[in-house]
Amino acid sequence: MSEPIRFIFRGRRQELRGVSVQRTVLEWLREDARQTGTKEGCAEGDCGACTVVLAELPGLHTAPTTLAGTRGAQLSVRTVNACIALLPTLDGKALFTVEDLKALAGGGLHPVQQAMVEHHGSQCGFCTPGFVMSLFGVYQTNAQAPSRQALADALAGNLCRCTGYRPILDAGQAMFAPAKVDWDTAGLRAQLEALVRSDTFLYEHDGQRFWAPKSADALAEVFDAHPRARLLAGSTDVGLWVTKKLEALGDVVWVGGVGELKRVERSAERLTIGAAVALEDAYAALTALVPQLREYWLRFASPPIRHAGTLVGNVANGSPIGDSAPVLMALGAELALRKGSRRRTLRLDEFYVGYMKNRLEPGEWIEALSVPLPSPAWRFVAFKWSKRFDSDISAVAAGLAVKVEQGVVAEARLAFGGLAATVRRAAHAEAALVGQPWQEGAVRAAMAALTQDFNPLSDLRASDAARREVAANFLLKLWLQTRDQAPLSPAALSVWAART
Amino acid sequence: MTSHAKPTEAGPVLHVPVPHESAHLHVSGEATYTDDVAELSGTLHAALGLSSKAHAKVTRLDLEPVRAAPGVVGVFTAKDLPGRNDCGPVVQDDPILADGLVQFVGQPLFVVVATSHLLARKAARLAIVEYQDLPAVLTVQDAFEKGLAVIPPMRMVRGDAASALAKAPHLLEGEFVNGGQEHFYLEGQVATAALEENGGVWVHCSTQHPTEMQHHVAHALNVPSNQVHVECRRMGGGFGGKESQSGLFACVAALCAWKLKAPVKLRADRDDDFLITGKRHDFWTTFKLGYDESGRVLGAEATLVSKAGFSADLSGPVMSRALCHFDSGYALNDVRLTGFCAKTNTQSNTAFRGFGGPQGALAMEVAIDTIARRLGVDALDVRYRNLYGDQTGRFTPYGQEVPGDVLPRLLRQLEERSGYRARRAAIVTFNQGSAYLKKGLALTPVKFGISFNATHFNQAGALVHVYTDGSVLVNHGGTEMGQGLFTKVAQVVAHELGVPLAWVRSTATDTSKVANTSATAASSGSDLNGKAAQAAARAVRDRLVEFLAKREGVGAEVIRFEGGLVHVGPKALPFREVVGAAYHARVQLWSDGYYATPKIHWNRETLQGRPFFYFAYGAAVSEVLIDTLTGETRLLRADLLHEAGRSLNPAIDLGQIEGAFVQGVGWLTSEELVWNSASGKLLTHSPSTYKIPTANDCPLELNVALFDDANPEDTIHRSKAVGEPPFLLAFSAFLAIRDAVAATGPARCAPKLDAPATPEAVLRALAALRLMPR
Ligand code: FES
Ligand code: FES
Repeated sequence: MSEPIRFIFRGRRQELRGVSVQRTVLEWLREDARQTGTKEGCAEGDCGACTVVLAELPGLHTAPTTLAGTRGAQLSVRTVNACIALLPTLDGKALFTVEDLKALAGGGLHPVQQAMVEHHGSQCGFCTPGFVMSLFGVYQTNAQAPSRQALADALAGNLCRCTGYRPILDAGQAMFAPAKVDWDTAGLRAQLEALVRSDTFLYEHDGQRFWAPKSADALAEVFDAHPRARLLAGSTDVGLWVTKKLEALGDVVWVGGVGELKRVERSAERLTIGAAVALEDAYAALTALVPQLREYWLRFASPPIRHAGTLVGNVANGSPIGDSAPVLMALGAELALRKGSRRRTLRLDEFYVGYMKNRLEPGEWIEALSVPLPSPAWRFVAFKWSKRFDSDISAVAAGLAVKVEQGVVAEARLAFGGLAATVRRAAHAEAALVGQPWQEGAVRAAMAALTQDFNPLSDLRASDAARREVAANFLLKLWLQTRDQAPLSPAALSVWAART
Repeated sequence: MTSHAKPTEAGPVLHVPVPHESAHLHVSGEATYTDDVAELSGTLHAALGLSSKAHAKVTRLDLEPVRAAPGVVGVFTAKDLPGRNDCGPVVQDDPILADGLVQFVGQPLFVVVATSHLLARKAARLAIVEYQDLPAVLTVQDAFEKGLAVIPPMRMVRGDAASALAKAPHLLEGEFVNGGQEHFYLEGQVATAALEENGGVWVHCSTQHPTEMQHHVAHALNVPSNQVHVECRRMGGGFGGKESQSGLFACVAALCAWKLKAPVKLRADRDDDFLITGKRHDFWTTFKLGYDESGRVLGAEATLVSKAGFSADLSGPVMSRALCHFDSGYALNDVRLTGFCAKTNTQSNTAFRGFGGPQGALAMEVAIDTIARRLGVDALDVRYRNLYGDQTGRFTPYGQEVPGDVLPRLLRQLEERSGYRARRAAIVTFNQGSAYLKKGLALTPVKFGISFNATHFNQAGALVHVYTDGSVLVNHGGTEMGQGLFTKVAQVVAHELGVPLAWVRSTATDTSKVANTSATAASSGSDLNGKAAQAAARAVRDRLVEFLAKREGVGAEVIRFEGGLVHVGPKALPFREVVGAAYHARVQLWSDGYYATPKIHWNRETLQGRPFFYFAYGAAVSEVLIDTLTGETRLLRADLLHEAGRSLNPAIDLGQIEGAFVQGVGWLTSEELVWNSASGKLLTHSPSTYKIPTANDCPLELNVALFDDANPEDTIHRSKAVGEPPFLLAFSAFLAIRDAVAATGPARCAPKLDAPATPEAVLRALAALRLMPR
């Protein structure tokens, strides 16, 4: 018989067997455990009605400061979307849902809940459990009320169709006023420590296997032995294959249990991000390196998605509208690939070979991704174009970097998403810049050259013509923002700048 | 600003901002929605099999693979319906399950029932369907040109538009297109059905209209209405999307339960919900307005074409309301309007907050904005020039008088408190100094008619039970979808009986309690059900008064109910003691109550009459910032001033106002429905592709106030309906974007900007201005 999935739920250890590997946490909560406080609004990670909080022992990685606040040294506390989280990935964690809050507060409403009631933060109430849990995530990771803007950003993954959000933002600030209600961190840690596994966790149901290796070596070994298995990180995309395409995933190898792959390391030359580093942590580290990335970071999906999904997963997935690749290409990223014990490196801009196709061999995987620390000669911007600021899929995304030496463009890395079958660099536009003075004439030439680089499609997000226009204007913005004479501040070029 | 007295246990229960009656349940996950109701043992789960063609004959429907799939216990088609295959609310053209002919991509063809939700969904995909394509009409323009309509065209005429236009010094001919809008109620469509003894069916359904569900199910199963019992405690949002469109789900769940003699739940996956259900109507409006130098509109002709979709649904009433709101707030004395509900091979469009009113009024507001731009004056001045009044006229195109001067007063107050004129000047300066980002500002009015256009829907019933311990239970025909109806009705009842609000409990809307109810729609929920519940509570109170007057030997006038006490002259008796004694004296402690809106009448043929009991007014100022390189827009500040009469609950009303505003801004900016132009499939069928506003789309500065003015009509405690009207406040955001776009063009330019003003639409409008001669 398979080892059970073990996690902490309602204050006790829960052990599960006989449940499908691809059962979602939400299905389990609502249908099996009959805990219906957590709602389903979309089953694809886009509405937040299913938001729950996961607490786990902090990994080996250094904890960067993220939007959700400084991560406590004692526990890592994060919101995720239960609708696309697979049940076996709960192993070793504590799951908190909206039903836990009154118990934490000793039976009455928790300050988060009380503030929502007092500020009229619910109307139909269907989104409310998700908002309460997102706010609870903020409550647990902040000592005092964050700014209104930070709150709005923390709630970017929660849709409400009734309230217009103002009362919820008010509640988010007011919830810090009463005496802090906390959980028993030491007790929780002890419970979690008792769940720590030293070796690969293998869960099996109905012939489907789920491996959660504990070391990179073990992962390499199991994936080499089972190259047809599905490599899974945050299931922010694979989760939809389950809930929407109703696909059978086959065997699964999960990277999320490998502590050493959660490392972010910065040497004198490079920043290296392990395969299991969450998007939120990865962008925190990248933004620390390149502050211009901040707006782009905020626009990348929503907090619960960034908590679950990984940067390497986003790159490996290889969607032409994946937002990380353009930025990473512009930064000159390199991938550390591994198959068994064989390792090689590959530049990211050489990784994709066609629509959702890449150079990985069977059994090979991305162990880490790294970018060189940018030299001051590089001028860099990142832009995204979509119908909505928060959590929208790009119609065009761009990571644009030029290296200017003595007023002349020495090198250019202009990478775009949304314009072709893969994210890729704009060779003609780059050629139009290199060797030219960093002046408007060269920029206009590069803008014109983009038409040779890309022949975008029209789809529900935008027409081909608008994509071209915006891609070209992104180049113009790069220049306006980084030219030597009177560069424009982001505030003069982005309607969103006033926010950050 | 309305002052918000804090409610107290013994204090007043009316006109105070008490929280939503379920707020404490919402926040703790304890509020029960249809899918949360504890399942009866043996509950099965259904999923719908959908058409992949926009218009086709079904030549083969092989359901064997579906039947053979794991967990499947039944598969049903239209042929299995014992009764009528229809769930159309007005016209019988709306099959529950397509029978041989499919008319849009997503139309349900069959239902499969399995032991789990997942197994049913998996099985539903296994059908082998072959089609013979028929020509599909996908756009409103195409349908109009071909003369395809779901109901005959409508005409609303007043005065002589043709000669007024001929005489007018200036003529504006234009068109305006607005997109539709998906409701995106957070809780999708869901219904559970189970059999009761003796041929009864119980349906638990997320619906705004339990009575119509009852009728549809009765017809589908071919049983009398008294065998069908429909219940709904609350919805996770409705917005009109669960007025008629919940019918298909109720009927299918009932069919499955009927056939299998087992409880069956049908809960649509979000993508299926998008694909199956209708939305707000897209409109294509062409207009001719004659005007003078001052901007006064002298005559108007317009043709409003709505995208009805494949069936009539509520498209007729929606068009009536669109025509009734084309005037926005302006006296159009010589006017000729035509309404055409185009039949397209798409989802059947339906009610959505505002019910055509926004579409009609927005076209006029765009036209007024254009007139102002052509004249080179501020649009606000042209608006003032045209508002209903003694100078301009007091009769709407449908012949109803617009009394009073609320709108001009309200506009002036907002103009002042929002600093409109000074900000206008500041924006001109900003735009001169900003090469790539531009600001825009607009102030728009709202006048919205309250009552169902169809007179007979304007009635309601309620039940009030007082138990012998003094606790009170209220039940009425209205449904709770988050708008706070149950809270307001409970406040009304508590006030009548003089008891603390906590003593009053609201129970699920239930067709076996109050019969023949109307949809909770047209913003009329509190007006109708509040009055009905008041009548019921009054009846009980009157009996208590009579009983006490006799017992105590006093006149009825010295008896007062307040704070859980009954005051008889100087004596204060606990309410519970009084009702206990009354019970023993055999006094009836429960009552029904009934209300029918007075004064209204409507001629459906001539589109004339007094359809509305009264008008609700409001106005908004929006300031936006746009990026001329990407077309992205941002709402920086909004000032809303809206009327709720003497608000029953200022907190709930403010919530309705803000929520409607943000929802309206979504409609006009980021929410874009896109259909594949070849296959007719809706491509934006989930929140990953259809983008409603998030917290970051709520303006940085949002000032909302109630315009406090008692309703001159005798409504429930002189309050006014507030569900739909504030949706129209969002026009200000759209016209502010248009204003910012205009700042890039030559003087007096009027940009062509259709709704929604997505970044791409804004770029298009900017590009068109670049081509204009300076
Ligand atoms: S249900 Fe919508 S994000 Fe999970
Ligand atoms: S309260 Fe209804 S969706 Fe938020």
